[in-house]
Amino acid sequence: MHAAVIVFPGSNCDRDMAVAFEKAGAKVSMVWHKDTDLPAGIDVIGVPGGFSFGDYLRCGAIAANSPICQSVIAHANKGGYVLGICNGFQVLTETGLLPGVLLRNGGLKYVCKAIELKVETGETAYTSGYAPGTTITIPVAHHDGNYFADEDTLAQLNGDNRVAFRYVDNPNGSVQDIAGILSENRRVLGMMPHPERMADPVHGNTEGRVMFESLVGQFETA
Amino acid sequence: MKARVHVMLKNGVLDPQGEAVRHALGQLGFDGVDGVRQGKVIELDLNETDKGKAEASVTAMCEKLLANTVIESYSVEIS
Repeated sequence: MHAAVIVFPGSNCDRDMAVAFEKAGAKVSMVWHKDTDLPAGIDVIGVPGGFSFGDYLRCGAIAANSPICQSVIAHANKGGYVLGICNGFQVLTETGLLPGVLLRNGGLKYVCKAIELKVETGETAYTSGYAPGTTITIPVAHHDGNYFADEDTLAQLNGDNRVAFRYVDNPNGSVQDIAGILSENRRVLGMMPHPERMADPVHGNTEGRVMFESLVGQFETA
Repeated sequence: MKARVHVMLKNGVLDPQGEAVRHALGQLGFDGVDGVRQGKVIELDLNETDKGKAEASVTAMCEKLLANTVIESYSVEIS
């Protein structure tokens, strides 16, 4: 399995994400935002956390219009897997690959701590390794993680079982405690918490690693 | 030709920053402020000389980048 991790100016979780993919058994290529094409044979694209372009204008807005993002969108439209974490989630909503937006946290403060997260669906390559209803503990670190979408979009997300994760104790004011959502074909996942920061025993636990292993495992059995 | 773009959160979208400003104004003794909404102003210097074309072009910029129309509305002034 070959994963690409996109690197923007201001990305700071790109290498953590690459390590998490590698430890799960994937080959990883780092791809610069100014590149227009992905390396051949990419199965999964990771859009990492950080502060791409200094969060100028809106978080993720400038990154979403960078040259490589046309290829990310094309990959997703062909049915490819795309995982956006934290700033990566913000970028994916700005590209339109995922609905809704991430607003400033309700409490206005940057929140950086380990939180409990309920796995809402196991029906995706990302979460098939968790028993449905499992609660995992992984960190959040963001200032703009307050998920917002209109009523119709929320009804659609809930109706199609596309909310992947919800906060047990909402840290940012997200509507309906939403922490991560899936695209219609369930292959694009955006989430604010950082599974790549709980992917090695030295991190404290490895509950985030399961996600990378599930995803990589999907390709090995196929 | 200059363009000025106003970007505001749409009604119904919670504005935590505006709410914090409202709260701070109350603490400073400015009574009677029922609501505060915070937006942004973006000024552009354009080399276009046709007002209609400038307006069309800035509107396209708003749709593509300057505003996120899921949560924000915008208005364009050309001068």
